[in-house]
Amino acid sequence: MNWGGWSEFWAMGGKGFYVWGSYAVTLACLALEVYFLRRRSREAKT
Amino acid sequence: MSTAMRWFWFASPQTFYPLAGTIARVSAAGAALLAAAGLYVGFFVAPTDAQQGEVYRVIFIHVPAAWMSMFLYVVMAFWAAMGLAFHTRLSAMMASAIAPTGALFTFIALWTGALWGRPTWGTYWVWDARLTSELILLFLYLGFMALQAAIDDPRRADRAGAVLAIVGVVNVPIIYYSVQWWNTLHQGASVSLTRAPSMASTMLAGMLLMALAFWLYSIAATLARVRCIIRERE
Repeated sequence: MNWGGWSEFWAMGGKGFYVWGSYAVTLACLALEVYFLRRRSREAKT
Repeated sequence: MSTAMRWFWFASPQTFYPLAGTIARVSAAGAALLAAAGLYVGFFVAPTDAQQGEVYRVIFIHVPAAWMSMFLYVVMAFWAAMGLAFHTRLSAMMASAIAPTGALFTFIALWTGALWGRPTWGTYWVWDARLTSELILLFLYLGFMALQAAIDDPRRADRAGAVLAIVGVVNVPIIYYSVQWWNTLHQGASVSLTRAPSMASTMLAGMLLMALAFWLYSIAATLARVRCIIRERE
């Protein structure tokens, strides 16, 4: 996309809710999986 | 040691354990790098779509996640079948280790699809063949995990789960071909092995980078989880 500043970037042509809603939930899912894997790994080692 | 012997050597959970750790670390680093590159291409290089505007940028996670959801199921069913046929402990452990990551990518595909569907189709959800069969895939993953969790004896749990995983594999071609077999609201494939892709090359590059990132992430997560399972069981 042509760069028009951060506010335009976050707005995503008025569809920011859908775009960032997708990316935020995906990131949260992966972060949670990594967190639970780390915890399980620590517990398995003790 | 011959090549065949070496494979049997790594089929033992104890010898596989340190190797899995090394592969997991390398894959995790590769996934982070490729995801950074993929997001850069996806947001700063790929052009605005002529029809959809900016909202199409959901594609960079939606399509790779959907590919992974199907691919991981086939790999899970393969290891489950190997465990069932040859009673190799590590095979069944691999199947169990893949299921949560597969379920996660299935959920991500459905979630991003819903958020993409609303602005482009006017609805978050529709009971068309593609969406419904992908939802069934999520239930197959969750059913596999629930079934294994419900049986105390690990070997019986592995066998029961394997039967479910193998039967459920028929759903994967149904998902893939659903857009051809039925009249779906979901569009057909933009990328296939037999035709030139019907999208801008920078869009395709971003999507393939993200697909590789998710693939490496899945390897890292699965091997990290199989290490936990090996420690818990042996």
